[in-house]
Amino acid sequence: MKVGKMVNEVILHLGRKPATVRYPFEKIEMPEGYRGRIIYEAGACTGCRLCEKDCPAFAIEIIEVGEKQFVARIHYDRCIYCAQCVESCHKNALSISAEYELAEVDPIVLPLTAYELF
Amino acid sequence: MSLVYLFVFPGTLFLILYALWSEWVDRKLYARFQNRIGPPIYQPIADVIKLLAKEEMCPDMADRRVFVIAPILAVASVMTAFLYIPIWSTSTPYSFQGDLIVVLYLLTLPPLAFFLGAWSSSSPFASVGSVRVITQLFAYEAPLIVVFLAPAILAGTWSISGITTFFARHPVLILTNIIGFGVSIVAWQGKLERIPFDIPEAETEIAAGSFVEYSGKLLAFIRLALDMEMVVGASLISAVQLGGSFGAGGIAGLLIYFAKTMFIVFLLALIKSVFARIRMDQMLTQCWKYLIPLSFVQILISIIVKEGIS
Amino acid sequence: MGKLTLPIGPQHPALKEPGNFELTVEGETVVDAKINIGYNHRGIEKACEERSYIQGIYLIERICGICSHAHTTCFCQAVEEIAGLEVPRRAQAIRVLIAELERIHSHLLWLGVAGHEIGFDTLLMYVWRDREIVMDILAMISGNRVNYGMNTIGGVRRDVDRGHIDKIKEALPILEKRTRYYLSLASEEATFIARTKGIGVLSQEMALRYGAVGPTARASGVDRDLRRDEPYALYGEIPFNVITTDTADIYGRTVVRVLELLECYQMIAYLIDHLPEGEIRVRAPRKIPRGEAVSRLEAPRGEDIHYVAANGTNRPERVRVRAPTLANWPSMAVMLLGRYIADVPITVAAIDPCFGCTDRSITIRGRDDDPGETLSWDRIRRYGITWYERKGVDFRKVRVNP
Repeated sequence: MKVGKMVNEVILHLGRKPATVRYPFEKIEMPEGYRGRIIYEAGACTGCRLCEKDCPAFAIEIIEVGEKQFVARIHYDRCIYCAQCVESCHKNALSISAEYELAEVDPIVLPLTAYELF
Repeated sequence: MSLVYLFVFPGTLFLILYALWSEWVDRKLYARFQNRIGPPIYQPIADVIKLLAKEEMCPDMADRRVFVIAPILAVASVMTAFLYIPIWSTSTPYSFQGDLIVVLYLLTLPPLAFFLGAWSSSSPFASVGSVRVITQLFAYEAPLIVVFLAPAILAGTWSISGITTFFARHPVLILTNIIGFGVSIVAWQGKLERIPFDIPEAETEIAAGSFVEYSGKLLAFIRLALDMEMVVGASLISAVQLGGSFGAGGIAGLLIYFAKTMFIVFLLALIKSVFARIRMDQMLTQCWKYLIPLSFVQILISIIVKEGIS
Repeated sequence: MGKLTLPIGPQHPALKEPGNFELTVEGETVVDAKINIGYNHRGIEKACEERSYIQGIYLIERICGICSHAHTTCFCQAVEEIAGLEVPRRAQAIRVLIAELERIHSHLLWLGVAGHEIGFDTLLMYVWRDREIVMDILAMISGNRVNYGMNTIGGVRRDVDRGHIDKIKEALPILEKRTRYYLSLASEEATFIARTKGIGVLSQEMALRYGAVGPTARASGVDRDLRRDEPYALYGEIPFNVITTDTADIYGRTVVRVLELLECYQMIAYLIDHLPEGEIRVRAPRKIPRGEAVSRLEAPRGEDIHYVAANGTNRPERVRVRAPTLANWPSMAVMLLGRYIADVPITVAAIDPCFGCTDRSITIRGRDDDPGETLSWDRIRRYGITWYERKGVDFRKVRVNP
């Protein structure tokens, strides 16, 4: 039984670089395949709405804006970034990006129409 | 002249600035020990300014007068105790025979003030915290007083300035004080209520313990009182146990003072980071089983050395 | 000083999630403890009935952030049993891999939290820094640091490739070295031992009587581990030891969890060397035929039980989750009495409570099987107001800021 067993370890750490990442001045890149913001490609979408049926959070809506023209409104405040919609889509119209800085103060802005983002 | 000593240097202004500086050093060291970055240098003063600007709330059922007076009493007693401790020379304009006892007495007032403030807060957490403050006083106060008497016996005087003058003449004799130095560091950690002795303010057990109802200006005073207590304690230990500035007045004495007090702050921060918080009953048994006998051994050593040199 | 009622919770620095412990203390000794849980009830079981099985997986995953993979594996196993699906071996192996990685991150999290509860913040910072290694591996394999979303009905969604395996092989020795250091720290540091030895004692007989599960029971000498007793996924083929001690206190629970960490490293090293080839999922029907199944597995906190009843549509008829923490609450109530206030936070933390996992609704029926009553919104609101008024809250004193 020792008193102050950590003393050596603790003093050694005085000479080491801190483990903290100085965000937002230093950013960590997320690994490949990280589930961030969902990206929608209107050209490939056929409006089958399988993504809408499989979304656990009811976050994606496919809206018809013209003859066989569709647009997705993704509610980023409801989305849980599980990428089930990406998997359910047979036409590869949805894909994941590694963007994770999605915090937003204004609630009006959050339901972003993917069409508006391009 | 003495007004400048009282209010600017090394009185109120210097004490407050040095207390904020040592709080920063302590927090930065604690963070670096834990592999973190730690706060920037303006953090302590920013905390004080923020607290001064916040709303003050006093619970309905609390005793308002005692609630307000307690932090002020703590700050006042710590500031007064600082006047009798020599900083860069071996005397102060206010020293007199017996000021060691007066300083030790003044420094028991902050825990008593915290007890009164917490007891008058009428919150269950504060009640438990206040009882713990007083119980903890029984654990560390006895070894602290005994171990400060040892250099007094060695120097043959009851005045702090007298002790520093004695050690200025025989600097090697501070080596006989090693045990006393160790005991006083541990006991001072207890007085300051820091880990492993932060039982009255155990965050995970009783929220903030004795300070749970304080906010605004009063909380700023409490935090200032705790920081100043650290500086005053470091100065007292460096003057009595480590021999003070060895009589080198002026700038050299000031530098020696800073070096010694920063070394003591380093030791206090080191102790804070390597231990867990012990329990009240364990603190009482450990202090009475180990610290008190060690402090009596120190008294014995001081008596023997005194007989040896005279 | 007389008797004092100390409310630990619902908001308290010791608790990570809301729960209420009303302690009656005399001086520093706890003479009575009343435990109220239920602050985290979210109606997940009802919400599962309104969603399809695919949507339900993600809902079940979010019962708890720390044992999310355990819950989805249990749920998927139950649904796969009803549907009669045979999950390919590679998928089972990947499920085991993620489950063991999750066990590592959960036990490291617990070690840090235990350090924080006894005031040992340095241990907290060090352990959580080392936990980042595991979180990065999990993010690399599954796409997220918590709530991995690896499971689907019929297998797993993502595969593990050469690059991932190499990174895991790099990380395991570092983690093992740090874990051995924490083991030596826990067994030698005097203040740590002083705060954990002899505290929160639960004898083997009491652990069996109150139905404790997981490391809490294994520290009292109860030799039960579902990974060995009823092997699921690929556990029947991986050699490992079940760790038990007989100290029956919080120190024992610490040692059990740290030794389990070392076992996890062994298991993962064996697994990535013997990863079976093949598919990672089979096609699952959207409509699950009529049937019911009970699925049990060993989550990091103990035995997790899921019951699923299917009715032929694409939505479950009934989902019932019994999380491991629910089984540990009665043991904890026994451990609190007669000890000091200072021991309460570490005793609560020692069973590794997960309030989010625990809170489900339980119907308590009287002897004559009465059907209960249905309350309207209005009546529930008035019921709540009268309950608080009986506790002494005066609503006229509440000021609402405009």
